[in-house]
Amino acid sequence: MAAGDCSAVELVEACIAAQGAAADLNAVVAATAEQARAAARHADQRRHRNEARPLEGIPVAVKDIFCTRGVATTAGSRILDGFVPAYESTVGAKLWDAGAILLGKTNMDEFAMGSSNETSWWGPVRNPWSPAAGPSLVPGGSSGGSAAIVAARAVPAALGTDTGGSIRQPASFCGVVGLKPTYGRCSRWGIIAFASSLDQAGPLTRSVADAALILQHIAGFDPKDSTSADLPVPDLHAALHGDVKGLRVGIPAEYRLDTLPVAVGDLWEQGIAWFRAAGAELLDVSLPHTRYALPAYYIVAPAEASANLARYDGVRFGRRSAGRDPDDLYTRTRREGFGEEVRRRIMIGGYVLSEGYYDAYYLRAQQVRTRIAEDFRTAFREVDVLLTPTAPSSAFPEGAKTDDPLAMYVNDIFTVPASLAGLPAISVPAGLDDDRLPLGLQLIGRAFDEATLLRAAAALENAVGTLPSPMGSA
Amino acid sequence: MALSDDDVRRVAELVRIGLDESEVKPLGEELSRIFSWIEALREVDVAGVAPMTSVVEMQLRERDDAVTDGDCRDRILGNAPAADEGHFVVPRIIE
Amino acid sequence: MTGARTIVGATGEWELVIGLEVHAQVATRSKLFSGAATAFGAEPNAQVSLVDAAMPGMLPVINRAAVDQAIRTGLALGAEVNRFSVFDRKNYFYPDLPQGYQISQYRHPIVGTGELRVDLPDGRTRVVGIERLHLEQDAGKLVHDRSATDSHVDLNRAGIPLMEIVSRPDLRDWEEAGAYLRKLRALLRAIGSCDGNMEEGSLRADANVSVRRPGASLGTRCELKNLNSVRFLMRAIEVEARRQVAVIEAGEAVRQETRLYDPQRNETRAMRSKEDAHDYRYFPDPDLLPLRLSEARIEQLRDSLPELPDEIRERLIGEYGLTPYDASVLVAEPGAPGFFEAAARGRSGKRVANWIVTNLFGALNEAGRPLAESPVSAETLGQLVGLIEDGTISDRIARDVFEEMFRTGASPQSIVDARGLRQIQDTDAIDAAIDAALAANPGQLEQYHAGKTKVLGWFVGQVMKATRGQANPALVNARLRQKLDADGAG
Ligand SMILES: [Mg+2]
Ligand SMILES: [Zn+2]
Repeated sequence: MAAGDCSAVELVEACIAAQGAAADLNAVVAATAEQARAAARHADQRRHRNEARPLEGIPVAVKDIFCTRGVATTAGSRILDGFVPAYESTVGAKLWDAGAILLGKTNMDEFAMGSSNETSWWGPVRNPWSPAAGPSLVPGGSSGGSAAIVAARAVPAALGTDTGGSIRQPASFCGVVGLKPTYGRCSRWGIIAFASSLDQAGPLTRSVADAALILQHIAGFDPKDSTSADLPVPDLHAALHGDVKGLRVGIPAEYRLDTLPVAVGDLWEQGIAWFRAAGAELLDVSLPHTRYALPAYYIVAPAEASANLARYDGVRFGRRSAGRDPDDLYTRTRREGFGEEVRRRIMIGGYVLSEGYYDAYYLRAQQVRTRIAEDFRTAFREVDVLLTPTAPSSAFPEGAKTDDPLAMYVNDIFTVPASLAGLPAISVPAGLDDDRLPLGLQLIGRAFDEATLLRAAAALENAVGTLPSPMGSA
Repeated sequence: MALSDDDVRRVAELVRIGLDESEVKPLGEELSRIFSWIEALREVDVAGVAPMTSVVEMQLRERDDAVTDGDCRDRILGNAPAADEGHFVVPRIIE
Repeated sequence: MTGARTIVGATGEWELVIGLEVHAQVATRSKLFSGAATAFGAEPNAQVSLVDAAMPGMLPVINRAAVDQAIRTGLALGAEVNRFSVFDRKNYFYPDLPQGYQISQYRHPIVGTGELRVDLPDGRTRVVGIERLHLEQDAGKLVHDRSATDSHVDLNRAGIPLMEIVSRPDLRDWEEAGAYLRKLRALLRAIGSCDGNMEEGSLRADANVSVRRPGASLGTRCELKNLNSVRFLMRAIEVEARRQVAVIEAGEAVRQETRLYDPQRNETRAMRSKEDAHDYRYFPDPDLLPLRLSEARIEQLRDSLPELPDEIRERLIGEYGLTPYDASVLVAEPGAPGFFEAAARGRSGKRVANWIVTNLFGALNEAGRPLAESPVSAETLGQLVGLIEDGTISDRIARDVFEEMFRTGASPQSIVDARGLRQIQDTDAIDAAIDAALAANPGQLEQYHAGKTKVLGWFVGQVMKATRGQANPALVNARLRQKLDADGAG
């Protein structure tokens, strides 16, 4: 990615053209072409002066959940219509300081609540793997726009956020690499909060090396985020040699669902075989509380969201509906400003925290979380990484699950446990199913051991070899 | 776990989300379905288990007491749907 | 309850049960979770950060000084300092609350139970239980007088650190409640954790008030919100308790509700609020980790505490022989114990204390000035008492001198010299004045000899008047009696 065999201006122009050609995907909600062109000229000048920074001139699309100074930011919600932040997220600022160029704010499920990118106020995103004839396929969510625009080769990298799988699952659906770092590795400052104890920013890229490069530059301690870890960021590039001889790879028994489609199960077996062939040691492990992860998630995340989204009240920013008094104003603003799924989750969150229910729901869910984290700790005494499918299916048609929230929630069945435990995890494109749609495999690592995670991911990527692109060619 | 119509109305009011009366029943049924799925958590033995407070063992960091921020009224009011003479404006509250 | 006031209604006696929740602004430069300033009196929304305005994506980072002051306050209250505490979100909607939740401490406050000793004017002492102390954010301010249809929102106060100090319902009348608040204010000021400035809103009290038959179980309480002076607190409690007695005696029940005190009408009235509005859905703030305190930190903060008001009070009584009441009044006023000790050096402590408590505090009160801005210094007040003690001036003259000292800031010696107020000790001069008075008033002299000895006092007055108050009154009295009786004999 940082090869530098073309100028920044050329690269940015090519990406702008590709984004234009991919407009039907509805993946970008705010184009930033003019400011990107100016930044590209500046980048080329620096390069000529031999002052190039590590990501000099590389265009990056950013999920519309990152606040971008002077560029409209909506989190896919009507309630933030017209909101232009006066500040830049820490993670975004780190990228731009490293020389990267903002090229496009990407579409997303509203407030990151969704697994198909169908809850966005901006309308659904089309998966670039959708067949030319037939229904549009969803790109996954909530970072669906970021995954789609990278898959469409219209930008080399994009930022997403992952709360319960929102980077990894769309990466799997769109055939790109998606990395969720350890909770606390990247600052949450300036990222619109969905569920504070789970949200984590990360890259979506075409290769594991690119994911490592982006993470290297967005990770690190931020005194403005009390949950940011004050730990050094290891040299991630050094981890990419892909030698996994002796690496202990765990296969969690509880992830072998009866309902798993054959193609997904076969690919998982293939992944196991690849690691064995590369000299890794394969071990069966047990994560006994796996099946409680999704229900716990659907208490913790909505509870936190119900409070995080209270600030969208039409008083200080965003869209306001007229009201005769403040309560009337709030009630109308929030009814009209939030979409159905967001309203539903705020209701769930409000209910589980309300008097008489806190202990039975919220407290219990946080206890279950402790149990789930213990499961992983136990497993990681015996193994270095875990290998699982990323999602229980490939991309599905638009509208297929919108009437059934529970069917939608199950998309995150393999990604949510690592989220609840705060662990780093990555989805690597590993093959195509019978419909020639991409499928990813997920690797989960120890807390703050992104280096080992990326080493395993690079090995997997090597074994997979070159997959076709959604546009047909390699 | 089934939510009554009153539960739905009460929570909607708490979180300030307007509901049409016609929406109460279907929403209640949908939420009830989600909550009966969540009920699975009751199977877990959580006796003596501490609720998770953070995924990593970390100390709460405290900052020095210094004025490093503020004095940026334009940035604060710049996105306000209604502002007047340096204030945000809301419809009047009668107390 | 011995000594506490009760209310006598139409059907008998009623006892009051009062608990106070005091919100004390922690003395910090910056806010609890942001770097915006806390100074009083800024332009609207000038001391607001993106965090305070709850802009999307903003996160709280806690102020170490606020935590330290909460710990010091806990230690000064003799309370348990909890090694583990948690910041919770208290969820409700109001235009002065930008986040839609207040960051507070609910299930695990930083300070647990303690107590505060309160000395009452009648000499009684009450030890009031402290239930807890927790840290929380203040809300912003709504301005209603700029428009007939709108309210204006100023967030300068939003995020200012507060300590909420909750007492047990141990107070039994409004005097006790007032004394408790004064004592708490003195304690906070003494250790510097709060400036105690009620006019600027640094200290506000909510009072939970109920009435019951003496010794009966607790009645239904009402909460009186935002009482911002000791006087209003006392008046509000009294008027509310009388209202509750009237309600019950009229055969009705007191409704548990939040009420506001209207100082103009001297009455309380219910706040318009929805019945179901109080499900705050507390849960730990996921943006913050639990606060864990080390023993070393707590011990270091304990060492940083100055001599506490109760310790000073005991010392003033023991070392200087002050009355418990004067000692209590002195410790209740910031800076007063130091002022007293400076003024009392080499003089009668009792007399100096009396001058401070009666004259100086009276004058300051009237002028609306704090002790720190007193025109009379500890040194000059000490000199004044010295002039009384060495007989240079009388108590009466001293009051005049004090008035001028207060007005001009001059030293008592210079005033005495300039106005020639030195007390006349010279018996010749006094005798001359007496002779003149007797000669000028033959009628009164006649009366005295006829047995109306009360006229003696009248003559003393005449002599004092003639000497412009400077004659030593004891001397005048003695010489006059001597002369009159000699006359009568002669
Ligand atoms: Mg309270
Ligand atoms: Zn409070």
